Amino acid sequence: MKFGVVVFPGSNCDRDVHYALGAVLRQPVDYLWHADTKFTGYDCLVLPGGFSYGDYLRPGAIARFAPIMPAVMDFARQGGLVLGICNGFQILLEAGLLPGAMLRNHCLQFRCQDTYLRVENNATPFTGRFAQGQVVRMPIAHNEGNYYADPETLRRLKERNQIVFRYCTPQGEITPEANPNGSVENIAGLINEEGNVLGLMPHPERCVEELLGGTDGRELFASLIDWWAKQRLHGAHNSF
Amino acid sequence: MARLYLARVRVTLKAGVLDPQGEAVKQGLVALGYGGVKEVRVGKYLEVRLEAPDEGQARRQVEEMCRRLLANPVIEDFTLEVAEI
Repeated sequence: MKFGVVVFPGSNCDRDVHYALGAVLRQPVDYLWHADTKFTGYDCLVLPGGFSYGDYLRPGAIARFAPIMPAVMDFARQGGLVLGICNGFQILLEAGLLPGAMLRNHCLQFRCQDTYLRVENNATPFTGRFAQGQVVRMPIAHNEGNYYADPETLRRLKERNQIVFRYCTPQGEITPEANPNGSVENIAGLINEEGNVLGLMPHPERCVEELLGGTDGRELFASLIDWWAKQRLHGAHNSF
Repeated sequence: MARLYLARVRVTLKAGVLDPQGEAVKQGLVALGYGGVKEVRVGKYLEVRLEAPDEGQARRQVEEMCRRLLANPVIEDFTLEVAEI
C-alpha cells in the first residue's frame, strides 16, 4: 500500500510518520513536497504534525493554500484515503475536508502528555483492528486542540457516527478531567461523511514500537493496510 | 490607474464560541484590581495595504480575503474599513 507524506514548511513529524510506515510497517512511502502540484499512484496521503507556516494567523490556515493542496483535495474527493495528524488535522479543518474548527486549549497550556482514547467507531478504514469502545493510549503535543463544532454540526456528526476517538479515562469514561484541551464532547478525532478522511490530534506515529512505550498507533496504520488489502481482494481500487 | 488603499480588518470570535485567552486576560485584570470587569474577548486587527482601481474594488477584494483566509468563518466574524492613502 503506497503512502505519501506531505511536507509543508514547518512540518516536523513527517520523518516519524515515514519511519512508522516504512521501517516499522514496511510499506512503500514517499515524501510529497508542498510546492509540487501533482502526484500519482498513492493509496493514502498523510498530513503530518508540526507547525506549518509557523502556525501564523491560525494553525493550518496558510498550509491549506499550499500548491499541493488542490491535488490533495481532488484525491480526497475521489475517495482516496487521507489521514491528518495534529497540524495535519488542523489543515484538513481549514481546508473544509472535515467540519468544525480548532481553538486554543482551554487551559491555555501546550499539552504534551499521553492521553487515553476511546474508539467510538471501529467501522472505518482507520480503526478496523480496534474493538468498538476499546481504550487506547497515544501521546498529544499541542496548543490548539480544542475542537469546536456548532450544535447543528455536532448533531450531524453524532447521527452519522463521524466521531472516531474521544479522550477518556483509562477505564474508558468520558469525563472533563480526561479532556486535555476542552474539546467539545471530548472529541479527539473524527472522520468525514464519506469515511475516507480522518483527522486526529494525538500522534499514532509516536507509539508504533514497544521501545516508544506503546504500539496502539501501529494498530491504526495496520488497520489501513488491512482495509486496503481487503478492498483490493474485492477488486475495488482507490489509488490515484 | 491604480490607487493605494489601507484596509483595517477586525477579526473577532463569534458569540457563543468560548474564549480561553479572553478569560485569562479577564482574570489578569481582576487581579490588578479591576473588579468590575465582567468579560474580555480577544480578537485580531490586521492592516492590508493594497492597490486597486477604486475603493469599491479594494473593499470587495479585502472582503474576499477575509472570507478565504483572514477569518475562519466557522468561529470568526470580521469587519473592515477601507480608505485611500
